[in-house]
Amino acid sequence: MALSAADRALVRALWKKLGGNVGIYTTEALERTFLAFPSTKTYFPHLDLSPGSAQVKALGQKVAEALTLAVDHLDDLPGALSALSDLHARKLRVDPASFKLLGHCLLVTLARHYPGDFSPALQASLDKFLSHVISALASKYR
Amino acid sequence: MVHFTAEEKATIMSLWGKVNVEEAGGEALGRLLVVYPWTQRFFDNFGNLSSASAIMGNPKVKAHGKKVLTSFGDAVKNMDNLKGAFAKLSELHCDKLHVDPENFRLLGNVMVIILATHFGKEFTPDVQAAWQKLVSGVATALAHKYH
Repeated sequence: MALSAADRALVRALWKKLGGNVGIYTTEALERTFLAFPSTKTYFPHLDLSPGSAQVKALGQKVAEALTLAVDHLDDLPGALSALSDLHARKLRVDPASFKLLGHCLLVTLARHYPGDFSPALQASLDKFLSHVISALASKYR
Repeated sequence: MVHFTAEEKATIMSLWGKVNVEEAGGEALGRLLVVYPWTQRFFDNFGNLSSASAIMGNPKVKAHGKKVLTSFGDAVKNMDNLKGAFAKLSELHCDKLHVDPENFRLLGNVMVIILATHFGKEFTPDVQAAWQKLVSGVATALAHKYH
């Protein structure tokens, strides 16, 4: 299930296209996740999760930075995401199943904004990329 | 049992009315087979599934996709009784087809993504949430008679 050269090329090309807007899409993905999968809200009782919330936007920006870091280090995701994995494992203790829900909503967001680009091949490569990210994030859990 | 508000039902039915079932069905099944290649295990007799373009253009994939999505239309008409509506199909998928119910969840999510590409701006987070409820309800209903 390793990322092929074709997968990497597709993911990098899309990320280049997203440019400085990654944060907009990760924020929308979070909004979609909270609405479609209410159980995910249980990790954020301390935040205002209403649509347009500045706090969700800030969270979206953090997720964007992490994903961009991942795209820049496709050859070593576990290494690049090691600190984030520690954070999620030790401090945040988010059930990894929730990462999958956010991943799905990110795919929905990108499909909605870039329908012409969202070919089956790109969907497959993105899905693979996200599952590698999730794997790396969960790698320190136990 | 999943419960749909009047608003959610209206949202779902309004979007469903605009879906080209034949086209969307082929796309949904095709993308499932491309993105999750192990799902091809159920379709050994479908001919050429060797590449994304072969899969998306395969006439058997399109025909079967249309069948699957047409059946999904029953879900839209029976949102208050998904388990009843899909009882027979559930038995079929367990006893004859031997399909792991996880595949229903995968297909449901692929469908949601396709709706996003087709409806763009209209596919708001609220609309998505209603559809996630429906695809999840259908997956559960299809798994209900498994033994």
